[in-house]
Order: sequence, then C-alpha cells, then structure tokens
Amino acid sequence: MNAVTPITRPEDWATDQEVRWCPGCGDYAILKAVQRTMPEIGATRENTVFVSGIGCSSRFPYYMETYGFHTIHGRAPAVATGVKLANPELDVWIITGDGDGLSIGGNHMLHLLRRNLDVQVLLFNNEIYGLTKGQYSPTSRVGTKSPTTPFGSVERPVSPCAFALGAGARFVARTIDTAQKAMPEILKSAHAHKGASFVEIFQNCIVYNDDVFADFTAKKSAPANQLHLVDGAPMLFDGGARGIAFDAAAMALRVVDILDGDSSGVLIHDVSSKLQAQLLVDMPFGPFPMALGVIYHNPAPSFEAAVTLQNATVSMGKSTDLNALLRKGQSWEVSPRE
Amino acid sequence: MATAFKTVSNDNDGPHKEQTQAEAVVVRFAGDSGDGMQLTGGQFTLSTALAGEDFSTFPDFPAEIRAPQGTTFGVSAFQINFGSIDIDTAGDAPDVLVAMNPAALKTNVRDLRHGGLVIADTGEFTARNLAKAGYDVSPIDDGSLGRWQVLAFDISKLTLEAVKPFGLGNKEALRCKNMWTLGLALWMFDRDRAPLTAWLRSKFAKNPVLADANIAALNAGHAYGETAEIGGPLKQFKVDPAVSAPGFYRTVTGGESLALGLVAGAKLAGLPMFFGSYPITPASPILHALAKLKEFGVTTFQAEDEIAAICSAIGASYAGQLGITSSSGPGIALKGEAMGLAIITELPLVIVNSQRGGPSTGLPTKTEQSDLYQAVYGRNGDAPMVVLSARSPSDCFDVAIEACRLATQFMTPVLLLTDGYIANAAEPWLVPDMDDYAPFPAVFHTALPATGKVAPYVRDPATLKRPWIKPGTPGLMHRIGGIEKGYGTGHINYEGDNHQRMTDARHDKIEGIANFIPEQAVEQGAAGGKLVVVGWGSTYGPIRKGVQRARAKGHDVSHVHIRHIWPLPKNLGELLKGFDKVLVPEMNTGQLKTVLRDQFLIDAKPLNKVTGHPFKIAEIEAAIEEMLK
Repeated sequence: MNAVTPITRPEDWATDQEVRWCPGCGDYAILKAVQRTMPEIGATRENTVFVSGIGCSSRFPYYMETYGFHTIHGRAPAVATGVKLANPELDVWIITGDGDGLSIGGNHMLHLLRRNLDVQVLLFNNEIYGLTKGQYSPTSRVGTKSPTTPFGSVERPVSPCAFALGAGARFVARTIDTAQKAMPEILKSAHAHKGASFVEIFQNCIVYNDDVFADFTAKKSAPANQLHLVDGAPMLFDGGARGIAFDAAAMALRVVDILDGDSSGVLIHDVSSKLQAQLLVDMPFGPFPMALGVIYHNPAPSFEAAVTLQNATVSMGKSTDLNALLRKGQSWEVSPRE
Repeated sequence: MATAFKTVSNDNDGPHKEQTQAEAVVVRFAGDSGDGMQLTGGQFTLSTALAGEDFSTFPDFPAEIRAPQGTTFGVSAFQINFGSIDIDTAGDAPDVLVAMNPAALKTNVRDLRHGGLVIADTGEFTARNLAKAGYDVSPIDDGSLGRWQVLAFDISKLTLEAVKPFGLGNKEALRCKNMWTLGLALWMFDRDRAPLTAWLRSKFAKNPVLADANIAALNAGHAYGETAEIGGPLKQFKVDPAVSAPGFYRTVTGGESLALGLVAGAKLAGLPMFFGSYPITPASPILHALAKLKEFGVTTFQAEDEIAAICSAIGASYAGQLGITSSSGPGIALKGEAMGLAIITELPLVIVNSQRGGPSTGLPTKTEQSDLYQAVYGRNGDAPMVVLSARSPSDCFDVAIEACRLATQFMTPVLLLTDGYIANAAEPWLVPDMDDYAPFPAVFHTALPATGKVAPYVRDPATLKRPWIKPGTPGLMHRIGGIEKGYGTGHINYEGDNHQRMTDARHDKIEGIANFIPEQAVEQGAAGGKLVVVGWGSTYGPIRKGVQRARAKGHDVSHVHIRHIWPLPKNLGELLKGFDKVLVPEMNTGQLKTVLRDQFLIDAKPLNKVTGHPFKIAEIEAAIEEMLK
C-alpha cells in the first residue's frame, strides 16, 4: 500500500498541471480558496472527488490533487449521484457554472437538490458563456449584449439561489470569488452540512463580462451594497447604518435606516427559515443590498444515506443464493428417461 | 408445427367428444385492453409449462394503457405456440383464435390458419361494438368467416350466470370472462385446473369473494367444454409433453432473464451492481425486476432522465461498481454523448437496448431490430463500442453475463441489443447452475507504478485495457474526463500525434476483443455451400425453423446466428465467403447486411420486415427457396 501522508498545506492540494484560465480570471481566486479550505476540514486527498461538467469552471478538477472527473456538459450532478451512491464514504464536490448548471444541466441540478445528495455544489456564476466566447447565459441580465444577442438580451434571468431553494435545497449560500476570508468559512459550512449544499459564487469573467458584479464587489461600493448574513444576528449593512426589516402589511422586506444604533425593528437572520431565505434571494439589487453568506441551512437525511439504509433493511434475512433465485418462479422438473 | 392434426378415436374419454392429436398448436387470445388477455395468456402459459410442453409466446398489446373499449386499436392479444416438438417461434398462424369482441375478431382473424377455429363471445357482438369495429353486419351471421370453423356463444351471459351466487356488480362479474375463457381453453387442451385455482386464491387473498367468483367462472368454462351439447368444431386437442432434456425448468421472459443475467454477471465479476435507468417501454421490466433484488448487491436508481441514468451508471463504475443502464431506442439516442464519455474514459459500462419500432417514438410496444446502426455507429467521433445481441428470452441470461465480462475485462462500455419481442415473450428455460460459470473477477489497481507517477492510461499489453483505479485509493489520485488524454498519463493533451495514437489504441482495444470471444459457429448445415442465412437477435426462431424445413426438403442451406455484432467473430468473414449466397433476414431495412458487406465485401442479400411482428417461418422458407432458384 501507499503511505498516507498528512496533507496540511494548500499546495499539497495543487496538481502539477498548468492552470489554463485567462490571466485575471476569478476562477484562480476560487481555486486558491478551495485549496486553502481543504486542509482545514479534515479532508483526505484520496477520499475527495471533484466532479465537473463543461465550461471554464469545469476545468477545476484538473488542478486539485484529488480524484477528479471532468464529465460532459451539464451532467456532473448525474455522474456525482452515481459516485456517491456507489461509495457514500467519498467526499464529493461538484464544480459547475451558470450555463452548465442552470441551462443544459438545469434538470439534473433540480433533482440533485430535491433528492438531497450529500455533495457540495459550487456554482461559478459569471453571467456569461466564457468557453464558447461570450454568449449570454441563463443568468445574464435583460439587455446583455453578446454575439447571440447583439441588440441586448430580452430574456429574464434565473436567480441561482432562488432556483436552489425552489428545488428544495437545504443549504444555500452565496459568496464572491475575491472574498478570500468569507469563502473558506462558507465552504466549511457547506462541507459540514450533510446533504446537498448549494453555493453560488459570483465570479468575474475578465474577458467577456468584466466588472458585471462591480456594483457590489468593488471596494468602494461593497460596504453599502453587501449584506453579510450571520445566523442569529440582525441584518445590518452599510457599516450598520442600514438594515433589513419586514413590512408585515406589505408582506415584503424593506430597507430601514438605523438611528442611534437602535436596530430593534431589523430582522434577525434565521438560517432555518425558508420564508426568510426566499425573501432574501428575491431582493432586487439596487434598492436592496446583495445578500451574502449562508442564506438557508436546514438539514434533513441525505439521499445516499436513505438508499443505503433501505438497501440494507430490505436485504436483511434474505437469501443471497443466486442458484435459488434462478429457480424461483413457475418451474417444473423433467426427470431422466428410464 | 401447427399443421400436423390427426383425429384419433378415444375410447377412454366418454361418449361425447372426439380428440385431436396435435404435435403443436397455436392459440391466440384477443380482446379489449381491459379484458385481461395478457393475464389469460400468462396463466395459460403456466399451465402449458406444467403440462411439460415446449412453448413460445408472443404478447402483442397496444401502446395505450386503456384504449377506448371496443375499438380495433385497443385490441390486446397473446399468442402461444406449444407442443411436443421443439418450439422456436410463437407460431406463424393460429389454429385457434379466441375473440372476445368484434374488434378482436376483425384485427386477428385474417392471421388464422385456413380451417382454424374461431371462438367468439356473441355477448359482445352488439350493434354498437360491431359498428366500432367497422362491421355493418355481424361476421358471425353473414358467412364471411367461411374459411374458418366458428363457435360463437354468449360467454358474457354464461359468465354472469356462473358468478351470480357471489353477488358481484355487473361490471365486476363480467371481468371474470377471461377466467371463463381460460377454463374452456384448459378443457380443450386437457389441462389441470388446480394450479390456476391456487393462483387465483393467492391473487385475491384479500378478497375471497372475487377469488371464488373467478374460480367459479374458470370451472364453468371448463364444464362447458365437458358437457355442452355442441359437438362440431369444439374438440379436445391432445398434445403430448415435449421431449426435453432432463433438468429443472422455469418459464422466463427476456426481461426477467436479462435482469438475472446482469445479477449473475456482476457476481461473476465480484462487483456490486449499480443500475441507473429511466422508465421506457419495453425496457422497464428490467428495472422492475432488479429493484426487487437489493440483497444481491444491486442498487437501482430511477434517474430524472435517460442522460442522468447513463451518467449515474458511469459515475458508479468510476467509483468501482458495475454501472449498468437500460433503455429503448429513443432513450439510447439521448445517452449517446455519455456513451462517448464512457468510451474515452474507458470505464466499464453495460447499456441494454430493448429495441422497438422507430424512428422517434415510433411503435413503443412493437418489436423491431432497427437500432443496429445506432449501436455500432451512432456516436460522434471515432467511438468504437462492443455490441452484443440476444436471440431469445433464455439467451438473454448468457448474453448479459458476456456483456458484464467484456465490460469489466476490457474497461469498455458494452451495448446489449435485445428487443420488445424477446423482452415480453416467455419460453421454458433449463435453469443453469452458477457453479458452471467461470468467474471473471474485476481487478482494481492499488499500487503506484515503479516510475512513481500515477498512470491511469498505461495499457495492458495483451488487452490494451487501462487500469481501473477507484477513488478512495491512497496515493493514486488522478483526473479523467472527456477531453483527449495523453497516452499513458491521462493528462489533457490536444496534440495531433497523441490523438492519433489514442484513437488507434481505442480502436485496437475493441477490435482485439475478437481474440477473446468464441469463433462463429454454424447453427445448422455445413460450414460452406450454396446458401447461408445469417441472422442476429430475435429472428433466431423463425430462421432456425425456416432453414430446418428447407433442409428437410433437401436444400443446401446453413444457418449462422451472430451474437457478437461488434467486434464480429474473427472467423466470420472466411466462413461466409465459403457460401455462394448470403441471405440476411432482419426486422429493419437491412442494417446487419450493410455491416457484413462493409466488413467482408460480400454480396449479402437482405430480407426485411418492419410490421411490428416477428418473421413467419414461411416467409423465411420462401426467401430461401427464392435464393436457391
């Protein structure tokens, strides 16, 4: 056998392969954050599997010194389902993008989330198709100009986190590629959650959609436009000057100013509240800040655990004699002729 | 075949009936989709098996679950050919047709042998039902059935009388009609009613009244044959038990036998099985069967679609189980891209295609062999695939094992072709003993090569297969995927020379499998001569019988039936070149014919049929005669 050496440094999780993303791509930052997180969650390289589909983000597994499977467009959730059902001990991460995970692979994403397979889904959302040279994606905003929408997109975009909640995801979080402090913490929570964890990562495509998230990611605009959610804490942003309140009469959220430090009317973040989570992901950006962090976390038994349990339960006490199985059914015997 | 009737006097069987001795008889039950014809046929098959006769069945039902009552498109039929001689097909032409309504008569009677017997339920020959079937006047009365013997009586009314004591509603009572009919059929063929009674008791264990009513109907039908003062065409057929090899037999459908073969194959490979599938006609019975067999290390997964079904199976194989997926033509089409992924990542995978009529949705419940091109050629890129085919319900068992063997021993996807006919048809099966099968344990690599570098694409010199390294193995972390890989290393590699080398390696690996499969045998006749009939899949029965008859007439004709479609057995080309002429009957427009012409430059002649029904023996026989003119 091969010796298992303790892997404690981020560089122990890097492969000898040359990283082939464009210089300045947000994917580099995400890769770094993931490699930094791995030693901190007690993961082992041999029991970790990165499964991806197709697209820029899906090259990710080649750069992780773990097991990796770069599959076909949109199908990473399906492949991962087979991997996890075959060996529930494996720690499976799915790397996908807005096109891979929500356009061609939207159906698989829906079913993975509703089944609650115990994997971490990292969806790199750059609101554009990068690898095919800049066409609009299902998360592109109305008006997005691209080679296939030269006069601006007229399609309404999907919100990845709203989709995940609608599909029945029980862990939904949101972060930003450059958030090197926040992202590892979110990844740790996602990893600790038993069941499907959905993490949307705003990722900047420097070539085809540069600065599309600058309204809330740029240093200058960040404080006033980012709402960092902490379970049990009031929803405050803009340095504590503003907060999110619930308007019971309108059954809607609204932004309130905090006067004299009195945040009594501000909502307290409750990660187990689905209703609150839905309101948070539906907040229109502009009038509202961008909600980041763990939006929803409400664990339930995972799919592969339920399958394994049922397989074991219904097999209990049953014969595994294959010859006996073949002889079941409508049978008769022909005796040798005298 | 169902031609050898002779009336014999029977001294022991009372004064009222004569008996007809038959070597084989073909009976077709036809009625409304809701009349329970498949159930009747299935139970008649059981009684046939218990009587020790050889048989072959052909269930033929509409795609609609419950088509409107009384319509011709709602007719469901079940044909069984049984007898004391060896039976290879469900029979060319029925000797007896049981028609439960005018539509059933209309759609089936033309198939009946000249002089055959029609049993019709006049209770259903109402003006309304006649109109629905497109009859202006009842064919029973207008003499249009003159070619056949007709026995028409009110089965509906007789059934209602028989079940009257049980106080059922009219609708429920009439549902017992199929048991009444079965009772009559059991009498006609001198069958024991006890197993059917026992079956009805267990089926209606929760509703003993329904059990009693059905048994009463069964007995009444039987008694009707025994006592009715009708004489004429209603006579008992005496069919002797077939001379079968000694051993333990069971009835098996292709779906059942395929599922069992996959379980056996996974066991022989020493692997748990992962079966990812999406429901589709006529492939679903395999998923149904395997879902019940979890104690054999089977995990079944009903995926969200066909693509997820195959991708989950690929994921399971990657993780070290035997991944299997199953579908029919339209679903196989959806799996195409993922098959390419399994080919380039060189993972074991079994893909079962229960073929049906196409293209597109086509004829979901009708059989066809038109997915051979799809199996052999139907993917983007140079994507060689191992393709096998099953010839009969019981053959599915061995072919499934062979698929598991090739997939795991050569690290490759294997496509197994069966069809709707085989999937649903039943036949007796001399149950094999698993101890007679040599295991082929899968090998997982766990050691780092001497170079100190993980090399997931270093090939075994004999088979050209790559090592199977499952996640969880310490020290052997590596990445695989659908992008071209570097020879040996498995790293992404777009270089032209490398792609040439990898394409050649994938091709040579599959072609080389020809060295590890049996040489092509000749089923009947010499290994050379005037004519060879080459078949594959479910045309086995009619070709075998057709060739048998032609040979009995003194014709120089042989039968070759191919199991390994790709790669083809390495002696096949030379074998076929030893014949002056080659005839290829197929239920498509000539697909194997094209492959044979391409591979061997021989003038293979097609014989094609796509009516949703298997070839008739007579059709094969006629084509042979034509070729030898």
